[in-house]
Amino acid sequence: MTKMSFREGIRAAMADAMREDPDVVLIGEDLRGGKGGINPDKSIEAFGGVFGVTQGLWTEFGDDRVIDTPITESAIVGMAAGAAVTGLRPVAELMFMDFFGVAYDMIYNQAAKFRYMFGGKARTPLVVRGIIGAGVGAAGQHSNSPYNIFTSTAGIKVVVPSNAYDARGLLLQSIRDDDPVLFCEHKTLYDVKVDVPESAYAIPLGVAAYPREGTDVTVVALAKAAVDSIQVADKLAAEGISVEVVDPRTTSPLDEDGILESVASTGRLVIVDESAARCGFAHDVAALVASKGFDTLKAPIQMVIPPHTPVPFSTPLEQAWIPGPEKIEAAIRAVVEA
Amino acid sequence: MELSELSKEQLLDAYRKMSEIRAFEDRLHKENTGGDIPGFIHLYAGEEAIAVGVCEHLTPADKIASTHRGHGHCIAKGSDIEGMMLEIFGRKEGLCHGKGGSMHIADLATGMLGANGIVGGGPPITIGAALTAKYKGDGNVAVSFTGDGGSNQGLVLEAMNMAVVLNLPVVFVFENNGMGEATGAEFAVGAPSIAKRAEGFGLPAVTVDGTDFFAVHEAAGEAIERARTGGGPSVIEAKCNRFYGHFEGDQALYRTPEQLEELKAKTDPLSIFRDRTDGVLDPAELALIDSESEQRVDAAVATARAAALPDPSDVDTDVYVSY
Repeated sequence: MTKMSFREGIRAAMADAMREDPDVVLIGEDLRGGKGGINPDKSIEAFGGVFGVTQGLWTEFGDDRVIDTPITESAIVGMAAGAAVTGLRPVAELMFMDFFGVAYDMIYNQAAKFRYMFGGKARTPLVVRGIIGAGVGAAGQHSNSPYNIFTSTAGIKVVVPSNAYDARGLLLQSIRDDDPVLFCEHKTLYDVKVDVPESAYAIPLGVAAYPREGTDVTVVALAKAAVDSIQVADKLAAEGISVEVVDPRTTSPLDEDGILESVASTGRLVIVDESAARCGFAHDVAALVASKGFDTLKAPIQMVIPPHTPVPFSTPLEQAWIPGPEKIEAAIRAVVEA
Repeated sequence: MELSELSKEQLLDAYRKMSEIRAFEDRLHKENTGGDIPGFIHLYAGEEAIAVGVCEHLTPADKIASTHRGHGHCIAKGSDIEGMMLEIFGRKEGLCHGKGGSMHIADLATGMLGANGIVGGGPPITIGAALTAKYKGDGNVAVSFTGDGGSNQGLVLEAMNMAVVLNLPVVFVFENNGMGEATGAEFAVGAPSIAKRAEGFGLPAVTVDGTDFFAVHEAAGEAIERARTGGGPSVIEAKCNRFYGHFEGDQALYRTPEQLEELKAKTDPLSIFRDRTDGVLDPAELALIDSESEQRVDAAVATARAAALPDPSDVDTDVYVSY
């Protein structure tokens, strides 16, 4: 084991995949950075990704496999989709997932539907990586977590990891996977370090993790919300409130049985979700439990979700928007006391 | 011109494909009025010289991406018309097992990456196929077919820029049939021409008479050779007319019946081909090809009509490789 940040775990997974399969290529903006610049040193990586995630990969794998592009999201994702359906295994980077709006046709109408529309004859081993999440004052167009929209699209898989261990194993699996995968990286987690094995490993998609086991209440949470929920669970444990944290890790496929079994054992459910106030991931899980686990509930389901607004800029507004630890704690107390 | 460079077999093969496309589309026009074909149909009649003039230069390993008006590209790239007809009739044994239909017809075995219901959807996918070819160094090329309407879509412009930046082995063919749905290219294409605009992206671009197989064949030969030998992307704007409406059922009020008859009389790619090959090919042989095309289409329709529909239980198969 070694300590690895979320950023390093994601980078390691890409390196793992590129070493094991020559068909894996990276496509995106400033994965290396510096092309066309005037620095006479042509060996520099000017960016290594906007958050430094791909730093070093160009130096190891070169121009043919770490493909810097113009700022052209439709063409990045479309080219990656076309390359995937013709024999490569591309990892496209959308930078901020908020930018899906300028590229989503190539996912929603193309990559996601190739296999079905073509009668099962296509396989599209494509990964689209992107940054999600509020918390750094990045405001309305660089802070959203649109994995709920991706999850509603048949034909793609959606990964929303909460720590470096999961990120490394799930990303390697996503790249090996023969279906398109949208891989969502919460920006506030990039520096968070956890124990990670030194050599490559894969984690199957669709299997929840249970970072805390408990008996009084189930908290279902992804990404930063999972980290916050663990923190709250540890705090409440001292008071004798036993919180089970379920981190589904992937929203499509979703480990429905894992969620239902946990709720059956605790009888109470809090869902923490940064995606949306309407038609979000929380609503999907709530509907699942209401329709398939209603008899096991001892109290109404609580959802900790943002207001139905864009993500605001100023810190007090943004903090008011985020479904953070205080709101999670209040929801747990409410459902336990109900 | 280039006529002399083609063997008699090549000429007959080209005519056979154009003739098959025409017979296929004319027959679909009739079949569709019977109400037995679900969904939307867009017919390629009048544009045959473009698909065939381009695809005659391609191998099965080369890739193409098409438009909503995709039957002609499918046939030109080598698809079996029986599988196509089964698909268009929504049959279980269709090329896409009844899950795509006319607007999403695809045949990966022949390198046809799909018709596309999204106007301008093909070029970004095509540059991906070109990236694969470049990365693997296999000498293959990719060709996108897009209309004049699609030429105005942002993602098409992005694909052209990316192809130049990465020097990809791709040819962007714009089939300018003068009408994007019911709006004229004269109105909707702001540039002096689609080719002129493409030049601004740094692409070699030519405008050709898309009703003349030989003009298309010559321009496509140059562009595809350039792509195959590392010379990067090109654009061909091929001007033509479509002989049916935008979709089947379109009243086509943007032109009069008299105007349409004149277009058919003056710009029919099959007539033009026959005229151009006068003295080289035997008209009786071409007439025989036409009747054989109609027979093959007859047989495909009969097969499709008799074939089984998909089982409702197939509704949720083929979404994922694994889930």
